[in-house]
Amino acid sequence: MKKALVIGGGLHGLSTALHLARTPGWQVTLLERRHVGRHSSGVNAGGVRRLGRALPEIALSVIAAEMWHGIEALVGDDCGFRATGQVKVAESAADIAKNEARVAQVRALGWTHEEVVDQAEVRRLLPAVSPHVVGAIVTRDDGSADPMRTVMAFRRAAEQAGVVIHEGVAVTGLERTAEGTIRVATDHQMFEAERVANCAGAWAPDLAALAGETIPCGTKASMMIVTERLPPFVDPTVGCSSRSLSFKQTAAGTVVIGGGHQGRNDKATETSTVLFGSLAHAARIAAEIFPCVAQARIVRSWTGTEARPPDDMPVIGESRSLPGLFHSFGFSGHGFQLSPAAGAAVAELMARGATNLPVAAFNQDRFTVPA
Amino acid sequence: MSVADEWTAEGAAKPPVAETTDVLVLGAGPAGMAAATEARAHGMRVLVLDENGAPGGQVHRAVEARLAKGAVEKRDAKDDQDKDGAKLAAAFRASGANYRPNATLWAVEPEGKVFWSEGGAARSIQAERLILCAGATERPLPIPGWTLPGVMSVGAAQIALKTGGLVPEGAVWLAGQGPLLWLYAVQALAKGGKIAGIIDLSPPGGLQRARPHLLRALKAPEYLWRGLVWQRQVKRTVRVIPARELRAEGEGRLARILVDGVAHPADLLLLHDGVVPNTQVTRAIAGLTHGWDPVQRCWRPGLDLWGNTAVPGVMVAGDSAGIGGARAAALSGRIAALEAARALGRITTDERDGRAGPLRLLRDRQLAPRLFLDAMFPPLPEAAIPDETILCRCEEVTAGRVRQAVALGCLGANQTKAFTRAGMGPCQGRICGPSVHGVIAAARGVEGGEVDPFRTRFPTKPLTLGELAALAG
Amino acid sequence: MFRRTDPPDCTIVWEGRELPARAGESLAVALLAAGITTFRETPVTGAARGPLCLMGACFDCLVQVEEAQNMQACLVPVTPGLRAQMQHGARGFVEDAA
Ligand SMILES: Cc1cc2nc3c(=O)[nH]c(=O)nc-3n(C[C@H](O)[C@H](O)[C@H](O)COP(=O)(O)OP(=O)(O)OC[C@H]3O[C@@H](n4cnc5c(N)ncnc54)[C@H](O)[C@@H]3O)c2cc1C
Ligand SMILES: Cc1cc2nc3c(=O)[nH]c(=O)nc-3n(C[C@H](O)[C@H](O)[C@H](O)COP(=O)(O)OP(=O)(O)OC[C@H]3O[C@@H](n4cnc5c(N)ncnc54)[C@H](O)[C@@H]3O)c2cc1C
Ligand code: FES
Repeated sequence: MKKALVIGGGLHGLSTALHLARTPGWQVTLLERRHVGRHSSGVNAGGVRRLGRALPEIALSVIAAEMWHGIEALVGDDCGFRATGQVKVAESAADIAKNEARVAQVRALGWTHEEVVDQAEVRRLLPAVSPHVVGAIVTRDDGSADPMRTVMAFRRAAEQAGVVIHEGVAVTGLERTAEGTIRVATDHQMFEAERVANCAGAWAPDLAALAGETIPCGTKASMMIVTERLPPFVDPTVGCSSRSLSFKQTAAGTVVIGGGHQGRNDKATETSTVLFGSLAHAARIAAEIFPCVAQARIVRSWTGTEARPPDDMPVIGESRSLPGLFHSFGFSGHGFQLSPAAGAAVAELMARGATNLPVAAFNQDRFTVPA
Repeated sequence: MSVADEWTAEGAAKPPVAETTDVLVLGAGPAGMAAATEARAHGMRVLVLDENGAPGGQVHRAVEARLAKGAVEKRDAKDDQDKDGAKLAAAFRASGANYRPNATLWAVEPEGKVFWSEGGAARSIQAERLILCAGATERPLPIPGWTLPGVMSVGAAQIALKTGGLVPEGAVWLAGQGPLLWLYAVQALAKGGKIAGIIDLSPPGGLQRARPHLLRALKAPEYLWRGLVWQRQVKRTVRVIPARELRAEGEGRLARILVDGVAHPADLLLLHDGVVPNTQVTRAIAGLTHGWDPVQRCWRPGLDLWGNTAVPGVMVAGDSAGIGGARAAALSGRIAALEAARALGRITTDERDGRAGPLRLLRDRQLAPRLFLDAMFPPLPEAAIPDETILCRCEEVTAGRVRQAVALGCLGANQTKAFTRAGMGPCQGRICGPSVHGVIAAARGVEGGEVDPFRTRFPTKPLTLGELAALAG
Repeated sequence: MFRRTDPPDCTIVWEGRELPARAGESLAVALLAAGITTFRETPVTGAARGPLCLMGACFDCLVQVEEAQNMQACLVPVTPGLRAQMQHGARGFVEDAA
């Protein structure tokens, strides 16, 4: 058996470990500094969305969408996935023009999941939407899932496939051995493996640096709000063309509101802080698009921390300084949906050095300035 | 005029809020009132927020109103709590602090920006120093059937007594353990109330456990003396049943209780298992560390001798720092205010130390009986809570489901929360927090300190989206 | 259950029925004094609930006050003539006034 090590117990680490453990000949160990699902993967909005993806991400996202529709076959649980659709509303004639141009662009590339709809159709899809909404883009079979349930399902499936998970173990160093394997130092014991995956989320660029590689990357601390339970009034997940919003009612009736409004994070202490002056904008946009929620009580707000490369797209590829180390991070606030497919791709890269899955665009060489 | 109109009108008539203040005090209980009064004495600008309509906190709740009716003066000399309260409240009113009742704090941001709601509108202020005196809450005592209407906490009944003059009558039972249970029984009987019986759930052997701490406790003998007198007084007229197991039953409302399997008719059941520090706000502040208190089995903020937390500028005083009772709370409030005055350059370090010295001695004396009391009344073991008992009342999650989640690999309260929704409802884990935490620890067979507590999140009190949206300007 | 030791000085309207109360006390206290223990039905299973803590912590005392839903009865002061009713399940979408 060949040994592989996955760093990070978020969804990307779990998915990579799961796929690799199901590849004959691999014995996989996963190291997680805190507990599985502690960071982005356990606290995200659960949006399973192709709608509005940057063009280079669409191909992988489409494959991920297929995997979500069969998620029970993959991990033995439906992960709370519901294909209730994603809708991005237009608030002006300018928004409509933008939407039409966008969908034309997507269709020109051969993708048909995005669709422009008129005011009557938005009203049918979202009876509670504000009258000023004039149209939308929809992807009818996108949807949402339950993040923590998904994390637990991937964990169980990975363990059943033979992955050994160590929680409370932090990686502190990476180096090449004379035999060409990678030695991984932690705050507990030492590990050694032929292949290592760097799925450490916001902290992944620091691990890359430990291995001698600088990958330009900032962080994001997206903020979320959840309200008290309300009667069911909206099925799809709703976004907005020219303002930052993500708006969804859960099966329990609570409304989850986000959209990338940024709090503040401190990577060293692994904490992030909600800034209410800025979160107020999310509340305002939500109450303007769905006036019926203005009186709803906020029950909690929170933030999660994630890595964000300059172009808001992930880094997936083998390290240039430490062969055998594979990066998979920087999902910039939209990596939940991608996790089943990205994990499969990274597992293939690790096992056989190549993959047919469309991840070539995410190679870190894109940041290298040509000499 | 609708309720909403009246609130707005009242809010509008209040003094305006400046954009900054030297000291912001949360809570107008003994700790908060004393802190504010002391801070004013050193010339600092002080803003005090309390969600209650009048000063006093838990112990001196509605003390001014009762004073106005003459009730306080007529009281028994041995109940001098109200006198303490009246004195604290009068000094606080005269101090010149900007006191804002009916104001609920819901967020503290780094660098001292504080948000609260008042009269249906969100407000904020920048404070140099925060002294958080949020007091205590009752430790939940989850038993099968405790969600039935007609089951309340002893603290709730005491509030009904203090604020509305309501006394128990009919098939009213008290159950659980702790000094407050006996105190309430005394207070209720003194006002002519009737109690059908007290179900004493305290683990046997209390005096034996407590004996090693007796000598120290005798530094403030009045506490023990009072406790004994209370129990004696109550036992003269009220039946006390020592028991291990209690259930509440009824169809849509409490009808009877089962005490170790024996049924008694009941129309009101009052539960109590001691009090725990209210750390709802401190736990939500990033970087503010808490430590596990293995004796009182609760979390408390990590503090230095002055009440400074790990976050610069944020201080904690009173029972929210660890249960010490009303007089210790007031003293720690004053000590914290002296440190704030030093930090803001109003007094020198020597002056601070000189003034705080005697206060410290007094406080030590007040805290002397704690170990004795804690040993007498250790919190009831969560392992004994039957599986069918609802722990999280908001989301209706049972102890059994939390235990299942632990079996599936959820090791802490935040994971069981994401998995079962326990702690996700409007009370934000205020009520279920200690018992969910204890059930997880017991199920894992580890000490409470090894299980992460609920991370609380701002807003720590629900505000509406509309209120928040208004802050977007 | 409970007996008042101070006489009522006004009335409020609960579920269309007039009840004695004292101005300034909390709505929850006024209802308890009138023998009412069921304040709401939960949004999760529809179970009947009444106040637990009377100090604003448990959210089990939610009622509708005038047009405003999900109000904590233990934090709402009684004013003469105040109208309130049970909170059935989750907040609905009738236009709130508060
Ligand atoms: C508020 C919010 C809302 C979001 N909403 C959506 C959405 O609706 N749809 C969507 O598709 N995406 C969404 N996302 C993005 C999505 O959550 C992330 O892209 C995804 O979860 C990233 O997973 P990950 O495994 O890469 O990172 P993480 O889940 O952050 O996992 C990384 C793990 O690595 C561990 N780690 C770090 N350093 C070390 C070390 N040295 N040693 C060992 N372990 C280490 C960490 O403890 C952590 O558990 C959202 C993100 C946030 C924050
Ligand atoms: C229900 C109950 C009854 C008690 N009864 C007694 C008694 O009869 N005798 C006795 O000796 N001890 C009693 N205690 C113990 C009590 O904790 C202490 O005696 C004493 O009141 C502690 O004083 P404090 O100033 O620390 O807190 P408290 O007196 O509790 O004061 C805290 C204040 O902070 C306010 N507050 C908290 N959070 C917020 C927020 N987010 N926004 C705005 N305001 C907020 C509260 O409204 C409260 O007025 C009781 C405790 C409880 C929980
Ligand atoms: S009775 Fe607990 S919040 Fe009102």
